[in-house]
Amino acid sequence: MSQVRRIVNTSFETLLPVVGVIVALIIGAFMLLALGANPITAYGALIEGAFGSQYSFMQTLVKATPLLLVGLGVCIAFRGGVINIGGEGQIIVGGLGATAIALALPNLPGVLLLPLALIAGIISGAIWGGIPGVLKARLGVNEILTTIMMNAIAQQLSNFLLRGPMIDPKEVLAKTYLPQSAQVPEQAWLMRLLPPTLLHLGTILAVVLAIGVFVFLWRTIIGYRIRAVGLNPSAAKYAGINVPTYQALALVLGGAFAGLAGAVEVLGVSHRMLDGVSGGYGFSGIVTALFGKLHPLGSIPASVLFGSLLVGADKMQRAVQVPASLIQVLLGLVVIFVVSSDIWVRRRASKRQTNG
Amino acid sequence: MSELFSLTVLTGIAYSGIRLATPYLFAALGEMFAQRSGVVNLGVEGIMLMGAFTAFAMATWTGNLWFALFCAAFIGLLMGLAMSFISVNMQAEQGISGIGMHLFGLGLSSLLFTKFLGSTKAITGFQPIKIPLLGDIPVIGEIFFNHNILVYLAFLLVPIAVWVLNKTTLGLKIRAVGVKPEAADSLGVSVSKIRYLCVSFGGVMAGIAGASLTLALINLFQENMTSGIGFIAVALVYFGGWTPVGVTLGALLFSLVNALQLWIQVLDKDKVIPSDFALMMPYVLTIAVLAFGKRTNQPAALTKPFDRGSH
Repeated sequence: MSQVRRIVNTSFETLLPVVGVIVALIIGAFMLLALGANPITAYGALIEGAFGSQYSFMQTLVKATPLLLVGLGVCIAFRGGVINIGGEGQIIVGGLGATAIALALPNLPGVLLLPLALIAGIISGAIWGGIPGVLKARLGVNEILTTIMMNAIAQQLSNFLLRGPMIDPKEVLAKTYLPQSAQVPEQAWLMRLLPPTLLHLGTILAVVLAIGVFVFLWRTIIGYRIRAVGLNPSAAKYAGINVPTYQALALVLGGAFAGLAGAVEVLGVSHRMLDGVSGGYGFSGIVTALFGKLHPLGSIPASVLFGSLLVGADKMQRAVQVPASLIQVLLGLVVIFVVSSDIWVRRRASKRQTNG
Repeated sequence: MSELFSLTVLTGIAYSGIRLATPYLFAALGEMFAQRSGVVNLGVEGIMLMGAFTAFAMATWTGNLWFALFCAAFIGLLMGLAMSFISVNMQAEQGISGIGMHLFGLGLSSLLFTKFLGSTKAITGFQPIKIPLLGDIPVIGEIFFNHNILVYLAFLLVPIAVWVLNKTTLGLKIRAVGVKPEAADSLGVSVSKIRYLCVSFGGVMAGIAGASLTLALINLFQENMTSGIGFIAVALVYFGGWTPVGVTLGALLFSLVNALQLWIQVLDKDKVIPSDFALMMPYVLTIAVLAFGKRTNQPAALTKPFDRGSH
């Protein structure tokens, strides 16, 4: 009997985010109606834009890749009981780090240069997440605020580097001064898997890492401790776990994954550091992780879902003349619904406890 | 660079600093009330964007600036009420629900702008009003008494906030709810009513803060034009130790640095000082203050939902 009830409860909990997305889409439909567009035509165009052809489906997967990577970092941080809003900044420094290494060592063979560039991205992101992590652990500084401040600092750092030391010499010669770096050497690119589509090796890397994060969180001691700290810090402390250290570690790992996302965007898609490489993934990665119920494997379908919304939005915009920013509105609603619906999960849990 | 230290330039920097403090002051003082009652509203940025858009659209269509300001405040009220419901009734994790509100406001403001206005020309915003006599004092008059009405209102809000928070029963209730909601509840203070009131007031102020950008400072709307002011406002409340005067000093510091870097960009023709680093300084400073400043006033129940049934 308890087995059945557990399954019912589990499916109730997994279904809530799905209900959240459906409610958001229904509200979106009313907004489309209010804007004078036919919701069926609009959503039809959206689905076609995301899945209609091999190219568009692969494009969805390309967009899903940074979402999944950032989402994995968010999963680890949230599981550790800390909130990482710094995805945007961590993506930016990750992209900068990877670009800098790839441009600095142009004569290295690809087998060395590609991993080095990826690691540079990971380390840059880890440092960017680590500063709030250390401040939280040592001085108790609210990590939400510091990660947000670090976003702004990363943006200014990127502005400075892409207009100054790292600007593409061609931009200077042509006097166009577009804020972007030179193209990174070809051997450092992530392999394209299905040309002419843009699908690249980074997507597979992200899926492998999702499985890796699952194993890490549920099958290793460090992962167990991170979850223990997140579930109940005082119990974890009595069990002899150094709570601040593991909170800091959760933020470092969160930053590392977002930094990797930046590196993968540069090495897999744009092949150079661009202004705006983060493209809001820092925030939509949070939506991805929440929709996946903070489970690394759940983040995989979540990233495809939100990737498809981002890709399909352009087609929708052309079909019904409703701006693509509608998707951002829906993402916001999904976040609000998912965190609000948590109350029912908690109520059921406490009812279960009192009923035995 | 020596021009930087001339009286004209210094006066100019001080004048712009005070002017640019407007959105920070409105947003941060409103957020301070929300936080004193125990709720962190991270959605300020999204509410500001909606306020900025609403004010700009209404000013464009009706030409009535006060009506535009009122509409922005009303949108702020609606979003503040939504945030109250999410935080008080749904007891949602405030660090995340605010991000949802931010994405919502960011998306909706650019959606409505693209759909209904697109590129459009600047409006004539609130004009500077020179205060008689005081405005004629050399230097001081130029810096303090020759601003648009929203600047005066923003600074007028500071003593009002001090008075409400420290000298009225309402202020006492707000502080009690933020520190020990159980105790306030047992004395018959409605925790949810106080939190609804404070978060909604914060929403109204965020709406007005956004409107101050489009009606007085920039006179234009652009997508994501707040560029982080709303998030800084949330941090300013921590920065200022949850007191109106502290928050005001923080807001002035931010806006003065902003004014300074604008002038450096104008005067520093050889680009000796990268303006990006000047722009970075307030954020670095905020982190430093958050790390080493005292946190004596932090409301004990901050971010903790209050569940009456569990007591």
